[in-house]
Amino acid sequence: MERSGIHGILFALAVVVLVLVGVITIGDRWWWLPPLASVHGGQIDNLFTITLAITGSVFVLVHLLLAYFVWRYRERSAEQRAYFYLENRPLEVTYTLIPALVLTGLITAGTRAWFEIQGPPPQNALPIRVIGEQFAWRFQYPGADGQLGRFHPRFVSESNPFGIDPDDPAGRDDIVATELHVPLNRPVVAYIDSKDVLHSFFVPALRVKQDAVPGMTTRFWFVASQVGMYDIPCAELCGQGHYIMRGQMVVESDAAFESWLAQQPTIATMLGLSQ
Amino acid sequence: MATEHAVESVVVHHEPQSFWRRYIFSMDHKVIAIQYMITAGLMGLIGLVMSWLMRIPLAWPGESVPIVAKIFPGLFEGGVLRPDAYLAMMTMHGTLMVFFFLTAILLGGFGNLLIPLQCGARDMAFPFVNMLSYWVFLLSCLIMLASLFVTGGAAAAGWTAYPPLSALEKAVPGSGLGQTLWLVAMAVFIASSVMGGLNYITTVLNLRTQGMSMMRLPLTVWALFVAAILGLLAFPALFAGAVLLLLDRHLGTSFYLSHVVVGGEHIVREGGNPLLWQHLFWFLGHPEVYILILPAMGIASEIISNNARKPIFGYRVMVYSIIAIGFLSFIVWGHHMFVSGMNIWLSAAFTLTTLIIAVPSAVKTFNWLGTLWRGKLRFTTAMLFAIGFVSTFVTGGLTGIFLGNPTIDIQLHDTYFVVAHFHIVMATSSVFGIFAGVYHWFPKLFGRMMDERLGKLHFWLTFLGMYAIFFPMHYLGFMGVPRRYYGFGLLQYLAPNTQDIQLFISVAAFITGAAQFLFLVNLIRSIWWGRRAEANPWQGNTLEWQAPSPPPHGNWGEKLPVVYRWAYDYSVAGASQDFIPQTVPIEQEPTGEPGRHVPLPTVAATLSGDGNGKPLQNGG
Repeated sequence: MERSGIHGILFALAVVVLVLVGVITIGDRWWWLPPLASVHGGQIDNLFTITLAITGSVFVLVHLLLAYFVWRYRERSAEQRAYFYLENRPLEVTYTLIPALVLTGLITAGTRAWFEIQGPPPQNALPIRVIGEQFAWRFQYPGADGQLGRFHPRFVSESNPFGIDPDDPAGRDDIVATELHVPLNRPVVAYIDSKDVLHSFFVPALRVKQDAVPGMTTRFWFVASQVGMYDIPCAELCGQGHYIMRGQMVVESDAAFESWLAQQPTIATMLGLSQ
Repeated sequence: MATEHAVESVVVHHEPQSFWRRYIFSMDHKVIAIQYMITAGLMGLIGLVMSWLMRIPLAWPGESVPIVAKIFPGLFEGGVLRPDAYLAMMTMHGTLMVFFFLTAILLGGFGNLLIPLQCGARDMAFPFVNMLSYWVFLLSCLIMLASLFVTGGAAAAGWTAYPPLSALEKAVPGSGLGQTLWLVAMAVFIASSVMGGLNYITTVLNLRTQGMSMMRLPLTVWALFVAAILGLLAFPALFAGAVLLLLDRHLGTSFYLSHVVVGGEHIVREGGNPLLWQHLFWFLGHPEVYILILPAMGIASEIISNNARKPIFGYRVMVYSIIAIGFLSFIVWGHHMFVSGMNIWLSAAFTLTTLIIAVPSAVKTFNWLGTLWRGKLRFTTAMLFAIGFVSTFVTGGLTGIFLGNPTIDIQLHDTYFVVAHFHIVMATSSVFGIFAGVYHWFPKLFGRMMDERLGKLHFWLTFLGMYAIFFPMHYLGFMGVPRRYYGFGLLQYLAPNTQDIQLFISVAAFITGAAQFLFLVNLIRSIWWGRRAEANPWQGNTLEWQAPSPPPHGNWGEKLPVVYRWAYDYSVAGASQDFIPQTVPIEQEPTGEPGRHVPLPTVAATLSGDGNGKPLQNGG
């Protein structure tokens, strides 16, 4: 064989550079999650950071070990002989058990947070229906009765683009909008529907993501914790205009929210029905 | 011995003479392997060009590229790639790469080449079915490619083909004839893969030569064997799913559809649910990921051991890990559906199984490191790709721990983080396994050596390039950049520098993609003008190195090889060389085979058993 050791040295160097790039860019947060604007998002960010710390350490350790072995044990002379070594049960058991334990911890923490985030919303949560369509979001708020009127795609027409059942008394006082306003620090539960294909209700700043599935209502509840305007991109491929399907969310004080809501049309006015 | 005669009479005495029977409608597993590799390689090349087309508007949104537009006039408008063409390219890129390139080259290519050679068989168990498998595969390729040229363009609902987008003609331009052809091509592809899978499994179980017990099989065969079982059990679920989707599309059924309004038109169906498709798709889709990574693991294990001149560390644990990964891969599919609206308890169950599957994967990684430790590392091009595989498998595997956690997945799902994760595993690790395998076993394919200098240049550009493309995608994922977007102009939460990252990724993709032509040049040059290979150029132990390069029809001349030891007797103390082929009797050279307390085989055992007292079933 020709001398190939130089490639071992190069490989070790390349791996060390990779590790450095990873550690610097991620450790220094050159590119990071959008600033957090919800309460449950704190749990997501914590788990993300913990997982990043654990997997990052493994990434660094394994790569440094790989670099060291590749550099140290590269072929240097014809007399060099590899060390015949079959297996090492205690070592193998150790590196089976340690990942298993660490992963058990992550599973426990992950599922605990998952059930809290996905569990039933508080009683006082404000229900809002989110309706996905190619390529926009629509929103329906309950009126004074606190109840959302029934939605079904069969009610969709030019005069009733929201698809709200005109015969459902609970729906007449409902308020409709094409922008999502939510009050600050108050639980909101989004009931998510679709008129046509799959969409996904994604609010990056609030760490909210839930698919909109035609024929089935999905749910996601959250508490917005920062006043501001946030994008609602669609996160599930929904057709040619997927990339322009963007809604806007406004998180504002209770008073601002109520006054905004009062200015929006109701279903009754939209459909020309009596309240 | 009677069975052996049967094999001889079928295979050896009927070696085809005409060009057509020998090279085109061949039943020789090695020729079929080459046919699979070339066809799959061409599909991969087309997939690569598609990824380039996608990367153009991502790097330079809205900018005109008249030269490229001239080559693909159907996809561009005013010199700019159309959004629907972007989706079609994205869909076809994923489909071609996952099924028609990776699956086909790993199982059809390496499965065909290595299983009979490393088991010591003369051919596959069913050579005719094997030939049929290839021609049906070619048919599925042609149908899939034809869909690029129909009205409305190729399928555009993503490689996952989620309905209703893939079910309703008006939902997206590609959802017309393009999507129908996509489904038909997939069904035909699955038929081919089932024929192949049955063959691989039967061959491993029944055609191992005398002495080749299961626990003496090289890890390549173990990995291909388990991957073939996964394919055989998982692909039919997608076949069923595809048939149901065709029914929904053309016969008005409602498996996946309910009442929807598309383009102002009411489509009246009742009771179906798109989640059914997602379950059927991922019931295949997740084992599929392991169909792509297991063979690459097997190849890397074999090449690392051979070039470290050391036995693979923890052979038995490696085998158990392959089996454990294979089993677990069937019960993790739901982790693709955490935000789909699936029951939250199901999500918790899939979290458990998903993170458990990380354990055998971790064990395998440490065993590769253990194999390198105190070795005598020889950096052939194949070895470089194999250790490159270890690096990228670690990187890509670790990010799976984020996505397997449903809480973190809420934020990362369907962002570039996912794209980064599976491209580092499938597009990089699996592909490195393939490159390693081609450089290593080229002598058995064509009887010549590939050029090592060109090969190493290819490795370096590819290794650095792949990281340059896919590592920054994690950062885009952190920032919440959604995938499958044609452009990001409307998203205000994205910092302007995300565009710089996109540009960087595109440039890296063009350079890395172009570097693959070095491989192509090397390949073509070496097939005709490469240095002639000796039988065992890498001083390997496994059986294929005991056959001439390239092995003749029937592989082994008059007599089948007899196996006396496991595949990893490298650097055994007291041996005359640092390798001992599996065919060398124990009386001649010592063995380090683990758990070996078997008396030397008696004459009777040699005739009727595998040397370990178990009856040997050779041929059928």
